[in-house]
Amino acid sequence: MKFESQSVAKPYFIFALILFAVQIVFGLLMGTQYIFGDFLTEWIPFNVARMVHTNALILWLLFGFMGASYYMVPEESDTELYSPLLAKVLFWVFAVASLATAASYLLVPYAKLAELTFNELLPTMGREFLEQPTITKIGIVIVCLGFIFNLGMTILKGRKTVINLVLITGLIGLAVFFLFSFYNPDNLALDKYFWWFVVHLWVEGVWELILGAILAFTLIKVTGVDREIIEKWLYVIIAMALISGLIGMGHHYFWIGPGEYWLWLGSIFSALEPIPFFMMVLFAFKMVKQRRVEHGNQIALTWALGTAVMSFLGAGVWGFLHTLAPVNYFTHGTQITAAHGHLAFFGAYAMIVLTIISYAMPIMRGRPQGNPPAAQRLERFSFWAMCISMLGITIALTIAGAWSIALQRLPDDANALSFMATQDAIVSMFWVRLVFGVTFLVGLVAYFASFFVGYAEEKVSKPVTA
Amino acid sequence: MAENFTKGMARNIYYGGSVFFFLLLMGLTFDTMLELPKRDHRENITEAVAEGKALWENNNCIGCHSLMGEGAYFAPELGNVYVRYGAGSEENFEAFMQSWMAMQPLNVPDRRKMPQFNLSEEDVHNISQFLIWTSRIDNNNWPPNKQG
Repeated sequence: MKFESQSVAKPYFIFALILFAVQIVFGLLMGTQYIFGDFLTEWIPFNVARMVHTNALILWLLFGFMGASYYMVPEESDTELYSPLLAKVLFWVFAVASLATAASYLLVPYAKLAELTFNELLPTMGREFLEQPTITKIGIVIVCLGFIFNLGMTILKGRKTVINLVLITGLIGLAVFFLFSFYNPDNLALDKYFWWFVVHLWVEGVWELILGAILAFTLIKVTGVDREIIEKWLYVIIAMALISGLIGMGHHYFWIGPGEYWLWLGSIFSALEPIPFFMMVLFAFKMVKQRRVEHGNQIALTWALGTAVMSFLGAGVWGFLHTLAPVNYFTHGTQITAAHGHLAFFGAYAMIVLTIISYAMPIMRGRPQGNPPAAQRLERFSFWAMCISMLGITIALTIAGAWSIALQRLPDDANALSFMATQDAIVSMFWVRLVFGVTFLVGLVAYFASFFVGYAEEKVSKPVTA
Repeated sequence: MAENFTKGMARNIYYGGSVFFFLLLMGLTFDTMLELPKRDHRENITEAVAEGKALWENNNCIGCHSLMGEGAYFAPELGNVYVRYGAGSEENFEAFMQSWMAMQPLNVPDRRKMPQFNLSEEDVHNISQFLIWTSRIDNNNWPPNKQG
């Protein structure tokens, strides 16, 4: 570790992984409820489980981005973090607020929670992914502002690298677009239009800048390729991400009210959205081929390459699959959307956070060349288990979606099966999804275990070198 | 990447491209805001419709259902539920909604359960009005059929 203050990233990473585990447990519960509709629903109804599942995801990715930023920015700026204390205080504020919010979902009926948190004063709750009480949303804004201030001051007093500037641009965009979550008009069509300013402009916009910056940083460190080359790639990738993704937002505007020209704009521009992800694959593999160092942390490199490939599959291929308006007319609101959502979120954002954790955690734990071989072997197993499981989940949901379209959407009014009858007909695919969910959990357990193996071996083989 | 393609050129494409397309998005948004009133019929948003939307949100209906295709896919699409169960009149739909909401949860083993939300008759009226208004938004004729 170059600077002492980089270590404030550690609690952020640890807490991110705890929320990751929470997300997976609730995902398994929902997967079971898809098959046995009344499984535990008296205690945890599906909508509550889903809130915990999706909100835990968003929060652990935010914790991951924050940890990554606190680790990267001092090193890139070549100076200590402006205020390690502020970073520590904000960690506790954010962690406590996250846990309190998750607990409130589980312990209080949602309508009661809305009442207790005075939602009627500034109604923001009850919209997908933005279910958090208004007070939590305000907390998120405050934490983000403090976080960006801290990083901004660090960058201002230090070196201004391309990675730093791209990262901070992405983070500022994240904070700015989140403000649209406070706009909730009575008019559903307006509400939905601007809801996408948070959701789309995050995951198909500014988050790609954050992803690109973390990937570029990790590749510089583990391949030793010249910064000039990596920064050029980074610029081109994020340029393509924004050029395709900004107007690509139109693919969400097909069927929720906005006018017909969005059918064309959304189809054409979102069809270009796979390009930056494909370039990311070329970039990652090319940098590895041109590497100038053999870094001891091989598994971090595996995660980096995996991120490029899996995000291309999830965001690129599975996104393109249903993005053209004539196709989307039939796929919109089916399990095909869920399939794409799972692989894209995992491949792009979950995996980039796991990449930087895999690279930075060993360094923060005093192993600059990575974890001992036994730990890396176990982590490699968990990498494959989670990637293959997520592909399995994605394929099962894709088949479920296509099947439901054939039964429920393609026939005319007289012959189409109802939603509930269709769900019964395709239940075998929900079984396949659940099985892959369980193997994902196996991968996750192995991943956690990899943090604790190889100590003894290390102590024997490497005596203290003072 | 080719040697004669410099980092400076890449940077210019990034800044130029993102600024241009962001401004284009703002322009299109402005145009959509002008067009939307004709498509969403906002003049019909009564107090009942607005209250119905608040009830929809406060009970996290989107956590199981989809509305115009967005939300969870655990329970039926409700953007067109008026078309599906209205039998052609608002009165029929309202009568259906009052009895359906009172019936929950259905006692069928293994069937997905809709919780009992203990809503008043007026609440259900408001939600019904919200769903009727929603079904009339011009959304390019989605979904393909009445099953949603």
